[in-house]
This record gives sequence, C-alpha cells and structure tokens, in this order.
Amino acid sequence: MRLRPAADAGAVSVPASPALARRPGKRRAAWRRRRLVLLLMSPWIVGFTVFFGYPLVMSVYLSFTHYDLLSSPRWIGTANYRYLFHDDPQVWTAVKNTLWYIAVAVPLQVLFAFGIALMLARARRGVGIFRTIFYLPALAPPVAATLGFVYILNPATGPVNVLLGHLGVQGPLWFHDPHWSKPALVALTVWGVGNTMVIFLAAVLDVPRHLYESAELDGAGVFSRLRWVTLPSISPVILFAVVFNVIQGLQYFTQAYVAAGVAAGQASQAADVTAVNLGYPQDSTLFYPVLLYQHGFTDFQMGYASAMSVLLLVVSFAITLVIVLNSRRWVYQAAPR
Amino acid sequence: MKRVATVSVLLVASLALAACGGSSKSSSSKRVNLTLWAGWSAGTHELKAFKSLVDEYNAKQKKIHVKVVGDINDTKIVAAIRSGTAPDIVSSFNSYNVGNYCGTGAWIDLSPYLKKDHIDVNEFPPATRYYTQYGGKRCALPLLADTYGLYYNKTLFANAGIKRPPKTISELTADVKKLTQRSSDGTIQVAGLDPLIGFYENVPERWSTSFNVKWLKPGGTSSDIADDPGWRKLFEWQKSLVDWYGYGKLVRFQSGLGDEFSASQAFEKGKLAMNLDGEWRVAFIADEVPHLNYGTAPMPVDDAHPELYGSGYINGTIIGIPKGKKHNDEAWQVVKYLTTDPHFLAQFSNKIRNVPTTKAALRSSEIQPDPHFSTFLKIFSNPHSTTSPIMASGVAYTNFVQSFFTKWQGSNGQGLEGKLRSLAKELDAQVKQAGGGGSAVP
Repeated sequence: MRLRPAADAGAVSVPASPALARRPGKRRAAWRRRRLVLLLMSPWIVGFTVFFGYPLVMSVYLSFTHYDLLSSPRWIGTANYRYLFHDDPQVWTAVKNTLWYIAVAVPLQVLFAFGIALMLARARRGVGIFRTIFYLPALAPPVAATLGFVYILNPATGPVNVLLGHLGVQGPLWFHDPHWSKPALVALTVWGVGNTMVIFLAAVLDVPRHLYESAELDGAGVFSRLRWVTLPSISPVILFAVVFNVIQGLQYFTQAYVAAGVAAGQASQAADVTAVNLGYPQDSTLFYPVLLYQHGFTDFQMGYASAMSVLLLVVSFAITLVIVLNSRRWVYQAAPR
Repeated sequence: MKRVATVSVLLVASLALAACGGSSKSSSSKRVNLTLWAGWSAGTHELKAFKSLVDEYNAKQKKIHVKVVGDINDTKIVAAIRSGTAPDIVSSFNSYNVGNYCGTGAWIDLSPYLKKDHIDVNEFPPATRYYTQYGGKRCALPLLADTYGLYYNKTLFANAGIKRPPKTISELTADVKKLTQRSSDGTIQVAGLDPLIGFYENVPERWSTSFNVKWLKPGGTSSDIADDPGWRKLFEWQKSLVDWYGYGKLVRFQSGLGDEFSASQAFEKGKLAMNLDGEWRVAFIADEVPHLNYGTAPMPVDDAHPELYGSGYINGTIIGIPKGKKHNDEAWQVVKYLTTDPHFLAQFSNKIRNVPTTKAALRSSEIQPDPHFSTFLKIFSNPHSTTSPIMASGVAYTNFVQSFFTKWQGSNGQGLEGKLRSLAKELDAQVKQAGGGGSAVP
C-alpha cells in the first residue's frame, strides 16, 4: 500500500482505507451544500429575524414596560396585563366585536366563495367573464372599497336607501347604527370574497370525474354527490379558508378604521379626527386591532399596546390550534402514494 | 517678458475675483435653513396664509430661511422625533398632548430662551399659558388660539320670529324647537341645532364650559365627573334634546350633511339654524358663502349660572423645538417671532381668523375689525373662559369622555349616576396606567 504524499494529505490525517479516504470529501461537499442552502435562504433568514423575530421578542419585552414612544421604556411588571384584564372598559367591547365579526363573516365568506365556485364550475358559457366579475372586487383597494360602501349605504343620500325609499321601505342607518354597522362591514367583506372563491374553484375543478361517475352509478343525486364527493374532496381547502379568514378576522382593521372615520364626519380640525371617532357608532366598530392601534399610535402607550398584541398572538395561536385539531374529524386526508 | 507680466496680472486678478466670489458664496451659505411642520392642510387658505407670512419673515432677514410643511399630525411628529428625522420646529393642533412632549423632553424646555430674551410668559393669556406647559416645564408656546361660540342664521331666526341669539340653555332649547323644520313624514329638513356629540365640533369639553363643569376633584387628579352637578346637567339636557328629535331621525339627517371642512358644511348650506363652531368659521364663510346672513354669539349657559355668559372653551395650536436638533438658537428666533411678534400674529389672525395669543397682539391696531370675529376676541378675554385639563394620558382622557357620551346619547337614558361612577373610575385607572399626573385648569 502506497501512502499519499504528505503534501496531498495536507493537515488531514492519512486515511487507512479508500472508504475512509472519501469521508473528508463527503464532509466538504455536505458543508458546501449547507452553505449554498444558507446563502439561498439568507434573504428569508434576515427578513424573518429583522421583521418578525426581533419585533416579536421586543413586543413581549415592551408589554412589561411603560413606554410612551418618546422616553425609554420603564419596567412596570404585569401592570399592563392587569389593566388589560381588569380596568380597560373598551377591551371587552373590542373582543366581543371581533368575535362577532369572525363568527358571522367567516362562515359567510366560506359559504359564498364555495357557492360561487360551484356555480362557475358548472357554467358552460361565459365562464371567463363571470370568473372575472366575481373576482374583480378583490382587486379593489380596501380604503377605496370602504369609501364606496359608506357612500352607497349612506342612510340619507345613498343609492341603496333611495331605492328602498322608492319601494316604500325606510332603509337602515347602516354605518351610523350600532346594530347595522357590523353587518354592513360583513357585506363589504363578502363582496370582496374573490380570493377565496378562486381557491375553491380550483379545488372543485380538481375533484376527480370518476368519483362523480361512480356516485351517479350508485344512484347519488345532486346533493348526495355534493355531500359525499365534493365536500370531502375539497375539505383541506375549506380548512385553509377557515383558518386564513379567522386570522384575517382577528387582524381586521383597515375597513373598520376607514368606515368609522368617514361615517362619523369631522369632530376636530386636527388630522387625528378618526382617533376621536374610532369605533363609531357607539364603539360598534371598535375591533381589537383598532383599539390596539388607538392605544399605541394616538394615545402613545406602546407598552400597553404591546401587551394587547401579545394577547392577540396567544389567542390567534389558540384558535388556530383548536380549528386544526378539530379538523382531523372532518378533513379528508388522501392516502400517501 | 511683457506677455509673462500680462499673464501674471490676469492670473492675480482672476484669483482676486474668485476669492471675492468665494467670500460672497460663503456669506450666503451661512444662512441657516430650517424646516417647520404645521397641521394646516395643503390647499386650504390657512396653510397658504401661514406660508406667505413665513415667506415675509424669510425676506425680512438674511440669517434664517424657514420652509413650511403642512398636513402634519401628532402621530407623524412622534414618529419623526423617535427616528431622529424631526424638523427644526414643530407645531401641533393638539395641545392635549403637551404632557407627552414636555414630560418626556421630546420638545426642549423653552424657559432658558424666554429668560434670556426677557419674555414675560404673562404676556400670553392664562388658558394658553396652561396648555403650553406640563409639570412646570414650558416646552411650547401658543401659535394663535381657538375659541368656540354660537353661529346663528339670521334669516332663519327672522322667519321663526326670534330676535336675538339665546343666552341660556332653556332659551336655546326653545329656539331649537322653533327653528327645526320637518317634512310631513317627520324627516328633519333643517335642524335648529345638531346636539349629537361627535358631530363637527361637538365634543364634550366644548359644551362643558356652558355648564361650569369641574373635571377634577380639588387638589388631585381624580375625576369629579360623577359628583359634579354640571356634568349631570349637561348629559341630561343633551339627551333630552336628542330624544326630542328622535335619535334615529337626527342620525339620518346628520348622515346627509356635507363634510365640515368643505363648501357643503351644513351651517353654510342653511341646514342648521345654529351651530357650535370655532372662530375660524368666519374666514371659511367669507371665503365660501360671503352673502350668508349670520351672526355670532357666546354659547348659551346653564340657567343657574348666568354669570358665565360671554365665556367659552379655548384651545389652540402649540409650537416648539424637538430635541436633538442642531440649530436650536435659530429655531428659537423663529418660534419667538411666530409667537410674540404683534405684526405677524395680527396678520395671521386676519388671514385665518384665529385668535391672537399675546396681549399686545390682541390690542394691535393691525387687527381688522369684523363684528363676527370680535365676538370670539371677547370670549377669549372673558375671565370665565377655560380649557380642559392636561392629563398624563393626553388626548385619551377627553376621548374617553367622548366615547362614553356617544353611547349615552343613543341609550335609553337610564342609570346615568351609576354610569358616571364607572366612567370616573375608568378615567382614574386610565391616568394611573399612563404613569399618573395631570392638573386642573387654574
């Protein structure tokens, strides 16, 4: 057996067999692969650390401080959480509003998206046109769409109430009535259901034809095919839509913020007009993220707002976990190939 | 040799010229450029007026050039100070937040500058002195003030047979009922006055002056809202007037009215016979509906306190210097000019019809007489005129009262006492949560 010259071996100990000789090479290749993977992932790693990891850790820290944004945070222990759970009278209003919105808007979003997808899947003519029409509202910027809805649903001058007036019906006060403001926002949400609808459409079109044919041969009618073929097949998409829309619901902000400000009109010359009117009318549109924004950015109590955001994170995680665990009972999982 | 001499002479001459040029350039570069943030909106006559008067200042002297940026609010101010991108001079419409700015040192203390330039703070009227300091630190000065009064449509008054504006709350209530016009189905066509809190300038603190309310218990920072009889009268009177209209009918009427800062504003359009508004409306009316037949008067007051008639609510724009800037001395020169120069204050007041904020400017012969505007000058000088307390929780304090009021006005009107007790506790908890502190208006 010839030994490799020392110059070739370098600092690495001389291998005793060909198998051992290949090991350092393998290690180097593995390290190169890892380095490449790290390099390719680095934009995400940097983004995740800077824009997610760091703010998350800081939010948790700030939630235990008094922080007015202008002076250094001052440690106050659990005082923010005590105020959150015991003293802030607006928190529970905001929680109730948010839960109401999720309980009503999410099922309606899923129902409408699924219904439209089913109709589009069955349409024979003009599918492209209808698909575009139903998807189009999803492209409207949220602020513009909300302004449009506040205008259309204006109790005195809006076209909807004017039309109802011609029919002899006095229309509701919509965004000006605490009983109608949330339903009006839900209508706005359902109107812009295009994104969810497209996902449902793809899922419905993906259901294998032969399953329908087999069901038909077994004498299944339209509803039986829907219940026993379509729904199980698209159940993972339903789960996705529910989880996605619940998380969106927990973070519901822009439309509520704009609708309250515009419907309330002006109450001050300052540009913080909407801060005075957040939740208009009568706190009925005061959703949890709106209140969080108010405390953080108009009241300048970022420590308390951080405590609210930590609670929101925990609740979002808990709700998502419950849905996902519960979904095992009704989501059809395809057998691994 | 002669050529060399000529070239040398030319070279020396050109160097001398270059040096001269250099020196004139260096003299102009000594002019300090400052940026000033203001809340007035772009496109309004108010920002244009402010810019034109600042340009006048720029032309008057050669040491400082000020650039004005409009459309600024407190959120932008705080974000800029945090990120170190604040302008050299900053102004805010929100005197409620002076606690944040002075208490944290985000706006520098102006006392040393005032002392150095021998400026007596008593030159500023009492209410403006109060809302430009916090905890004994004066980090701001007033840049014109706002006072609130009653605007009334003389044509509608004459049609209803009313000869003068109301002076007491009971007169106001009677006039509202006479002036309100409804169609056959009960829809409000013209409202005598829209009492809903949240509408235009209707916020609790601007109505509270008429009822002689006490915000805080004597000598402390605890809320007196549950025990003070003035507050209860205000809540009960406002609710009874809302119920007279019908809450739903009033909301429906209000939703059809134009935006406050547009030419469709309801008083300007004759949809309101009376309206609580700030003195600036005089300039808006002159600009948008110059032929409107209207008058101005102090707000009517509680029948039990006739001595209050003539007073009103005061707040206003504040101006200061953010911390961490290079040119504080130059910025102070500008702040001093904008807040104490009688010519500037009088001219700015003439253009945007806000109230001048020094005693000298209030007496200035440059102030153009205007019967509509003079009402507000009198309200401003009235010893009973007041402002709202500056608390540790800043603007959130009065916003909390407003949030309560908007729920109250749409409620069944039951259980006011219990509700006010809860509100008082909530206000105290809010102040404590914000670090505690605040003071009653002297």
